[in-house]
Amino acid sequence: MARPKIARKSTIVDMTAMCDVAFLLLSFFILTTKPKPSEAVPIQTPQSVANKFVPDKGVVMISLNNEGNVYLSVSDNRDDREKKKSMIEELNTKNNLGLSSDEIASLVKQAFIGVSLAQLKQQAHFNSEQITAKNLPGIPSQDTTNNQMIEWIRAAKVAYMGTHMDLIIKGDNVAKYPVFKNILTAFKKNDEFKFQMVTNQSNVPEGTDLYKLNMSRKDEEVK
Amino acid sequence: MAEMDTSGGGGHKKGPGVKKGKKLSTRVDLTPMVDLGFLLITFFVFTTTISQPTAMRLALPDDKVKDEDQNKIKQSGALTLLLGKDNNVFYYEGELAPDASNFQASNFKDIRKVILDKKQQADTNLVVVIKPNDESTYKNFIDILDEMSINVVKRYAVVDISPVEVDLIKRTEGGGAVPPKQ
Repeated sequence: MARPKIARKSTIVDMTAMCDVAFLLLSFFILTTKPKPSEAVPIQTPQSVANKFVPDKGVVMISLNNEGNVYLSVSDNRDDREKKKSMIEELNTKNNLGLSSDEIASLVKQAFIGVSLAQLKQQAHFNSEQITAKNLPGIPSQDTTNNQMIEWIRAAKVAYMGTHMDLIIKGDNVAKYPVFKNILTAFKKNDEFKFQMVTNQSNVPEGTDLYKLNMSRKDEEVK
Repeated sequence: MAEMDTSGGGGHKKGPGVKKGKKLSTRVDLTPMVDLGFLLITFFVFTTTISQPTAMRLALPDDKVKDEDQNKIKQSGALTLLLGKDNNVFYYEGELAPDASNFQASNFKDIRKVILDKKQQADTNLVVVIKPNDESTYKNFIDILDEMSINVVKRYAVVDISPVEVDLIKRTEGGGAVPPKQ
């Protein structure tokens, strides 16, 4: 009796579908990854165990670079740019800066405000490549007599009236404490007592009290 | 590997004498392409660092609060941390002795133990007073606040440094005499 022949199946698998999936995933990852926004003012933020993320709108950010220069920026969306515009308009009328509406528009478009009020007119004529730490001396806030951050925070408070504003300080590792203190003074003068500081997340060291606390919280969630 | 030599016998069934162009199979082996695709995916996934920055919250006290409304801290539960230059930390417990005998030097590695010891000893009375001097950096300040949250210190305050303490730090750091203040 002849043994029934077992049909030999081909081991060839059609790879087209798998290939499709692979490239679909690839394009997905590439397109969803936000490229790191190029920073005109490079800042190395310190590490902390804080685990709250920085909000992405309604943010008034004060940057402190390694030389202790102070820069001001708002989050990058239409609403916040409107707010920035009203901030600049407010300061313009209050301090008689004589900025034209074109100059204000150009300042709003720029990523940072990094000059004293008197020099705003000059900064308005910078193009985007000139907005670097080298060209911008920072908003004067060093001495107590001419702390222009007070003016800026006041203007921000007026502009954000009725909406939520997050004051965020982004400081460089090597920035000196007095500069930071001057910004705090500006906050306090405007009765703004809550703010946040940008840090890079680091893990909680094992065995510390916070670590134990986090662990017990996790256990409770499991139960 | 998976698909080799697919069109090897493709030209067998030709009629005799018919010299047609060899009909090549249009199937392409996609295995290397899939390999490449996944290789790229892995590459992108591993090289992308999630760089969403986090924020540390801090609430400042209102300076305008009247003296009688302010909380007085118990001396036994007070620990004062002074931040100097070059990542130096100095500390003293309770009040600073007139002869500065309880003024001690430390650094960011050892300060955790100091805080923990004090925390155990003072329990609920613990209040950490942080006084950064003008030489300390922003990083030092964040680090010490971070230390507060790592050690779950509920009550801490940032206070301006006094000239006596600046003087002590200067002396301990070996900076010689303090330049006269204008």
